[in-house]
Amino acid sequence: MASRAATLTFEWTMSTLRMKGFPWFPVVILGTLALAAIFADVLAPHSPEVGQLGQRFKPPAWQQGGASQFLLGTDHLGRDVLSRLIFGARVSMVVGLLAVFVAGTIGTFLGILSGYMGKWTDQLIMRVTDTWLAIPALTFAIFLAAILGPSEMNIVIILSAVYWTRYARVIRGEVLSLREREFVRLAIVAGCSKWTIMKRHILPNVLNTAIVIASLQLGVVIVAEAALSFLGVGVPPPKPAWGLMLADGKKGLMAGYWWLTVTPGMCIMLMVLSANLLGDWLRVKLDPQLRQL
Amino acid sequence: MAPLLELKNYSTHYVSARGTRVVKAVDTVSLVLNSGETLGIVGESGSGKTTLALSILRLLPMAARKTDGEILFEGEDLLKKSTEEMRQIRGKRIAMILQDPMASLNPLFTIGDQVSEPLRVHEGTPRRTAWQKATALLKAVRITAPETRVREYPHQMSGGMRQRIVGAMGIACEPRLLIADEPTTSLDLTIQAQYLALLRDLQREHGLALIFITHNLGIVAKMCDRVAVMYAGRLVEFGPVRKIFDQPRHPYTRALLQSIPRFADSRNRLTAIGGQPPDLSAPPLGCAFHPRCPDAIDRCRGEAPPETGTTNGHTVRCWVAGS
Repeated sequence: MASRAATLTFEWTMSTLRMKGFPWFPVVILGTLALAAIFADVLAPHSPEVGQLGQRFKPPAWQQGGASQFLLGTDHLGRDVLSRLIFGARVSMVVGLLAVFVAGTIGTFLGILSGYMGKWTDQLIMRVTDTWLAIPALTFAIFLAAILGPSEMNIVIILSAVYWTRYARVIRGEVLSLREREFVRLAIVAGCSKWTIMKRHILPNVLNTAIVIASLQLGVVIVAEAALSFLGVGVPPPKPAWGLMLADGKKGLMAGYWWLTVTPGMCIMLMVLSANLLGDWLRVKLDPQLRQL
Repeated sequence: MAPLLELKNYSTHYVSARGTRVVKAVDTVSLVLNSGETLGIVGESGSGKTTLALSILRLLPMAARKTDGEILFEGEDLLKKSTEEMRQIRGKRIAMILQDPMASLNPLFTIGDQVSEPLRVHEGTPRRTAWQKATALLKAVRITAPETRVREYPHQMSGGMRQRIVGAMGIACEPRLLIADEPTTSLDLTIQAQYLALLRDLQREHGLALIFITHNLGIVAKMCDRVAVMYAGRLVEFGPVRKIFDQPRHPYTRALLQSIPRFADSRNRLTAIGGQPPDLSAPPLGCAFHPRCPDAIDRCRGEAPPETGTTNGHTVRCWVAGS
């Protein structure tokens, strides 16, 4: 019997390792972006912040008038677009992931507390959430940014302060249905304390939802970060951020300098798309019932 | 010897939010249970069986604002315990199996984690030891290949296995009393029989007292030492199983026994009790059963009958049978 068990475990491990349906596309994209972010100093061919004014508005290398040293062209200050994109990945990754993580933690915690404790705790948390949601997110973010001042860390704080509400709302709803499930009742009957139940029975069951929201929110947060930078209250200017590049590039759009907006736009789109695809895969992978299929 | 569990004139009243409607879900119930014995609580849906069970664990919903009487467990009144003391009693000294054990397992944890949970919560057993104990418990509830099964998830188990796993969780901390609330309603007959046999074996091995809540009189006849028949929140008859099945005194008990389908007289139609159970927020005056009772006399319509005892702890609440 033991050998059969061993074989079963072995086979299971093997099939997990082979990762049928592994989402290569998002992992490769995100992996590349992560590597670019980490090794930006080595990878970037030029300085992201200092340009050569003699080389302004160079088109990408393959277009007429392009130079091979500026693979994706240069901007209005003669800075290399590729180098700025590589360094921008660092800002977007750090800000995006951190903000999603912090917002997710706050939102999940409050959602579970609200849903499970009920009564006035629930009322208090949900009314605060309602109020929070009633304020337009971007306006609120700009307001906070004006108070805190522009810096990368402040953007993380601002974005998590603005976007925790969705987690709290959705997870509260989930918890409301979970707490009526028999296994939660059995845990109560078995003498688990409220905290034990929230930690051991509720949290793992809402984690799926939280991760899926997080993967969707990653896109929202990166776009919001871009929007803040675009509006001038985000990452302070000489630093390269994708949103900032988009903002700077828009002036050149009518003049035919498409690479200034299309390249950072593509980066944002790819990152958001990959995050969503990865989130979807995770959702399936984290459910023991779906995992077997 | 002092009984393990004793209810003295225990009542639970559900009060509506505005306080205008009062439902007497459990009304002045007194009963006794010795350790190692099995008590069956029978009655129609809504007669207060589950409320009674939850009362013992002090897990009543918020609406149950008024409770009265005493619940003595090992000589201590459970109604006087603090919330924390009650939490420590639940699962450790009094365990319960819920109405739908099929849904009682958390889909995200392995069987081993769940069976060992009561041990880790109540006795702080380290994970490794708790798992070993869980394997032993699975063996005790006759799960084949427990070493493999502990590592699997609930959805990989059949209904009967899940049921036995919930049973294993119930006995994990070796409680003195196990309350089973209709534990077999979702199972087919062969599995039911197996499960009941298993419960009886466990009871014998651990000296458990069992409370069986059911509306299946066949199970009561097979499993129980004593029977409590509930009607509209009251205990209408209570006594040793033999007495109740051989000489039922209360007309309701008699009607219940007559409504068991039998193969022998297939020519007759199934006997049913006429009428509906009363609305508990506006129960009929006098004995709650009188509108459906074939033997009702004038006195039944005006006055509620008291509990009258006869020999061998057989009590009945009826004017006709009690006198």
